[in-house]
Amino acid sequence: MSRKYIPKVVTANALLEGDVIYLTADDRWTRDHAEAELIEDEAHAQLRLLHAASQKGTVVGAYLADAREGSNGPEPIHFREVFRTRGPSNYAHGKQVGELPGPRHH
Amino acid sequence: MYSYNDFDEAFVRERVAQFTSQVERRIDGSLTEEEFRPLRLMNGLYLQLHAYMLRVAIPYGTLNPNQMRQLAHIAETWDKGYGHFTTRQNIQYNWPLLKDVPAMLTALADVGMHAIQTSGNTIRNVTSDHFAAAAADEIEDPRPYAELLRQWSTDHPEFQFLPRKFKIAVTGSPNDRAVVKSHDIGLRMIRRGDEVGFEVLIGGGLGRTPMIGQVVRDFLPKEDLLPYCEAIVSVYNLLGRRDNKYKARIKITVHENGLDNIREQVEQRFAEIRPQFHGHDQALLEDIRAAFAPPAFRNAETSAHNIALADPVYRAWADTNLSEHRNAQYSIVTISIKKHGDTPGDATADQMRVMADLAERYGHSELRISHEQNVILPHVHKSDLPAVHAALQQAGLGTANVGLISDIIACPGMDYCALATARSIPVAQQIALRFDELKLEHDVGPLKIKISGCINACGHHHVGHIGILGLDRAGVENYQITLGGDGTETAVIGERAGPGFAYDEIVPAIERLVHAYLEIRTEPSETFLQTYRRLGLAPFKAALYPAEGEKDAA
Repeated sequence: MSRKYIPKVVTANALLEGDVIYLTADDRWTRDHAEAELIEDEAHAQLRLLHAASQKGTVVGAYLADAREGSNGPEPIHFREVFRTRGPSNYAHGKQVGELPGPRHH
Repeated sequence: MYSYNDFDEAFVRERVAQFTSQVERRIDGSLTEEEFRPLRLMNGLYLQLHAYMLRVAIPYGTLNPNQMRQLAHIAETWDKGYGHFTTRQNIQYNWPLLKDVPAMLTALADVGMHAIQTSGNTIRNVTSDHFAAAAADEIEDPRPYAELLRQWSTDHPEFQFLPRKFKIAVTGSPNDRAVVKSHDIGLRMIRRGDEVGFEVLIGGGLGRTPMIGQVVRDFLPKEDLLPYCEAIVSVYNLLGRRDNKYKARIKITVHENGLDNIREQVEQRFAEIRPQFHGHDQALLEDIRAAFAPPAFRNAETSAHNIALADPVYRAWADTNLSEHRNAQYSIVTISIKKHGDTPGDATADQMRVMADLAERYGHSELRISHEQNVILPHVHKSDLPAVHAALQQAGLGTANVGLISDIIACPGMDYCALATARSIPVAQQIALRFDELKLEHDVGPLKIKISGCINACGHHHVGHIGILGLDRAGVENYQITLGGDGTETAVIGERAGPGFAYDEIVPAIERLVHAYLEIRTEPSETFLQTYRRLGLAPFKAALYPAEGEKDAA
């Protein structure tokens, strides 16, 4: 018996802003992990990753990250991915305050 | 200090123009990421965890007030209002937008600064003693040599594709404040009779295979500096491994080939290229030296400082943050960028302006950035110290903790860095807050804690008296402790204490260590490191792992 496949989301950094983005089921890129497509099938995950990696003018460094179903949508599993959904722990910057990279008045 | 000549200016402007066009072509899709990545790295632009990061070189850690103000302007205009001073005397901006980076580089060029060779397999920012030209123990200002090395290494055609990055540090003092023994090349100025030259070390480095540099030439005449360094890098360029990134640094080359073999090849190469240096470098050095002429020191009454010492707050700051200057009427002021609970090395734009103003008004217009992530006013007349202290306090920069347990080096860790395996900043914040709460740090005395968020050791944990290394153990942050490390002229790599601690266990573990030290030191003047050297790991291990001691006793 093969081990049960851990579901994945496709994640990357946005080319222009550099911030963390996730691929949705309807082919958008979202800043919100909970809106990501939770991929339960390994072959489908590879296809979605190829699709993401082909968008060279939009995204950088696409990869598959482990995730699980949560009450409001997919949730990250590894602490690195949890930090990526929030931003740094030393300042209220980034996603945790709904802020993009760049100057504060951006 | 050194100002760009026409050549420097033209070179940096041309590079900004090239990179501006490269960014445009990346954004319009003409360049892929694979094509763009090496170009952006050559110009100091990384893509980190949450955003891009721009790493700006501060050559040998020296800045003038206008440059510091420009760093503040950049922080406010294109970033989130602060900058992070690093262990390599660089400053990093954590939130630039890709489209804004060319404007940031232009703003840097306007004040004679750049981000060139702050990444990639090239010779990186040449670092030096942050007390250069001020320290009482100094033989000679090392910065003219560091500037000569900067000019030689910048865009050096032979050394743009080295097996791996290459770091050079120079000190002019017997007391090593520049960690030269952990660099690919470490240069220590020494005297032999009446002659001054360099002891040349190679193969030092931290990272996953920490090694202390070894002496490849015990005395190098100063005028041989460039050809000798060129010989070292040239031998490394051919011998260094390119098959394995983790075995590519010169420390591994030295280790695998043997110091004697490397020395022989370096001397041979040196003999070949030395005749090609006809003295142009020495003429250049003379020009550079003129730019580093000492300031016109004032001769005035210093009693204001002595009177102010009656104030305990001022006294505490004077005890920890002032160092002896070569001119008895002056002091070296270290401004702590380590207020308890704040991020080590971060300064806001307003704080940068305060420091620039103080340097201009009281510090002969000089500022330094230390590898310990603090800012230094190297030349302050003692009569001005009370005014400087008052202004620093108002700006949240008056913390009296330099060299103490809360003066922690910490890399950005997993709060920013894409390579990190755990966070380091919050660990540093919590340790500093805890010991401030205990009001213990002045009793504890000199103690260097250094924290890295991954094995690459940007936080210098191997040479911390207490080193902390953050790792990912089975999907959980885990912190290993090393003890007894030393980054000075008596450099030693710390010893691993035992199994790591979870994120919420690391601060209590450090507290147990420090309490153990307080109990076993012979007297308050015996430092943590001295106690460790006297007694070894055992008593500290017992404090870190009390349950195991009970098991052994049972």
